Amino acid sequence: MFKKFQPSSDVSGQVSVKSSVQRAIRSSLLSQWKITPETLEQIWPKKESLTLVKCRDHISIYTLHGEPLFFQHFDGPFFPTLKLLHKYPFILPTVRIDRGAIRFLLAGAHMMCPGLTSAGGYLPPADAALPENTPVAIHAEGKEHAAGIGLTKMSTEDIKKVNKGVGVETVTYLGDDLWKLQQL
Amino acid sequence: MATNAESAPVEAIPPKEVLYCQVCSFPVEYCEFGSSLTRCKEWLQKTDSQLYDKYYSEEALQAKIGTLSLEAQEKLEKDTAKKEAKAEAKAETALKKKMASQITIKRIERNKRKHVTAIHGLENFDVDLKKAAKFFAQKFATGASVTKNPQGLDEIVVQGDVSGEIVEMIEDGVGLLKGVPKENVVEVEEKTKKKGGD
Repeated sequence: MFKKFQPSSDVSGQVSVKSSVQRAIRSSLLSQWKITPETLEQIWPKKESLTLVKCRDHISIYTLHGEPLFFQHFDGPFFPTLKLLHKYPFILPTVRIDRGAIRFLLAGAHMMCPGLTSAGGYLPPADAALPENTPVAIHAEGKEHAAGIGLTKMSTEDIKKVNKGVGVETVTYLGDDLWKLQQL
Repeated sequence: MATNAESAPVEAIPPKEVLYCQVCSFPVEYCEFGSSLTRCKEWLQKTDSQLYDKYYSEEALQAKIGTLSLEAQEKLEKDTAKKEAKAEAKAETALKKKMASQITIKRIERNKRKHVTAIHGLENFDVDLKKAAKFFAQKFATGASVTKNPQGLDEIVVQGDVSGEIVEMIEDGVGLLKGVPKENVVEVEEKTKKKGGD
């Protein structure tokens, strides 16, 4: 989604978000992410108001003092930026890919099932299975921090069963244009 | 993952500190996948030798190889080296191109004795055009703005004939204009084709 992203041409406008909308965003963040209200308060204090940066293709990035915090495509789920996820790694469920797939992830490719099911990979066990279209943090074998954020294209049980094709669609990854963007 | 998840739920969980590489901006453990590994290594060794040992010592490398077949490892190394060389070459050509790009300072005649000055090409030298325009406006006490020229490129237009002063400023490298090479400055004059007369 952010493989090519130029603020000069891809941003169409910035507005500050209405407080009623902010309330709605806050409550949906709390329901979508594994986060306590106190921690969210620390990331985004109640007094501070968010700025909505509208971009091409219905991407909305929400920033606080110019720093991107999370983004959304159309009215889909909220994704934290990778920097935020590094600070609070517990907010998204985790999948892990094997070492061989890191290269491809950092080039922006979607994650194929075999990379998730092989020995180095990790998928949540059956009792914590994730349905499709869930935002996940993509971690890598032998690494501590997340390398990307993705959206599951099949439920994790299906990934184990089918073991073919795209399992997790990469949304943002280390080194893409959103990562390089410090300020908006 | 979360080392402090067991803290009382009422209290906010403090953010985790991540050390980012100053060279390639990745978390240091991902440097090996970047395109500037050698420089990243140097940087990490200088800033935090403990971490350096953790990631690049013999044992660490051995452990990594253990998970991959020897062949794959060799191939990966080759790829990394190739990628690095490629990135370096790319950076070099970009630098060359940058050094060759010109800054045009154009004096445009408006109305007999009135001129505007258009400066084009500053953005190639990491000058923030908007800030530079503001700076010129303040300096010369005139209007200055960033506009798109007919080719669709951004340039700074300053009211009044200040071409000489701007050249001087670039030569001296005042404030924002630091690092702009003076050899690349070209002065041009543009006169409106006047209907004959006087």
